[in-house]
Amino acid sequence: MSNVPVSAFLALALILFCIGLYGALSKRNTVIVLISIELMLNAVNINLVTFSKYGPAPSINGQIFALFAIAIAAAEAAIGLAILIALYNNRKTVNIDEMDQLKH
Amino acid sequence: MLSGEFIAFIGLALVAIMGGVLLLNLTKVVHMVVALVFTFVSIAGIYVLLSAEFLAAVQILIYSGAITIIMLFGIMLTKHNDESEAKGIGWRKILLFLGVLAFGAAVYIGIYDLDFTSETSSLHVKNTEQIGLALYSDYIIPFELTSVVLLVTLVGAIILARKDDNGKEGDKE
Repeated sequence: MSNVPVSAFLALALILFCIGLYGALSKRNTVIVLISIELMLNAVNINLVTFSKYGPAPSINGQIFALFAIAIAAAEAAIGLAILIALYNNRKTVNIDEMDQLKH
Repeated sequence: MLSGEFIAFIGLALVAIMGGVLLLNLTKVVHMVVALVFTFVSIAGIYVLLSAEFLAAVQILIYSGAITIIMLFGIMLTKHNDESEAKGIGWRKILLFLGVLAFGAAVYIGIYDLDFTSETSSLHVKNTEQIGLALYSDYIIPFELTSVVLLVTLVGAIILARKDDNGKEGDKE
């Protein structure tokens, strides 16, 4: 077997996704939660590009999907940071467990 | 026999996972974001291995450039107390770790012996030209819709992050 098996790429994407999931659910800092979500989106992009080359029907479409995912992820990061700054101006905190105005 | 491609994959994967583990374990917020830059750059290398050279360039530009800088702006504009992480390991984190581990194991069972009859692809020949042709023929409507999404994002981010000096106008919206 000369080249890398397809399951190795998928396993790498799975490990990165698990790291991002754990970080997004366990960290208290909102910036770190946002960047963990970016890590999860990146893992999904690795899967798309892998199936674009090694899938049952290789074509360019997987790379196009990854391109759209990157564009939407950039938009999501900008909006998330804007919401974070607006919340910080009102509450003076970045901890995610203190942002609970909707409960009261 | 180990081929060069396999060695490159092992190195890039190790650097990517190391960046992720550093993200989970470091204490200062700026260090976490800088550690994740290593992960983003190695993912760009993985894209080169998968013959997606244009996506590798886009990954370096958008993720290691734009998103990292915008996160650093978010960190610098807010104030952080670095020692705010909970001391010790709570039962909640243990349960969370076990849940994520179970999720990873369940997905790994599905993918560990996955293999397709690989036909040779021609993705590496004129990669950017192929992407451009596909974007402007098959995917022209999603491409234009993406520009609308980016415009709405620009306007929305400015409105959300604006200082609310005259709050009377904001109440009418």
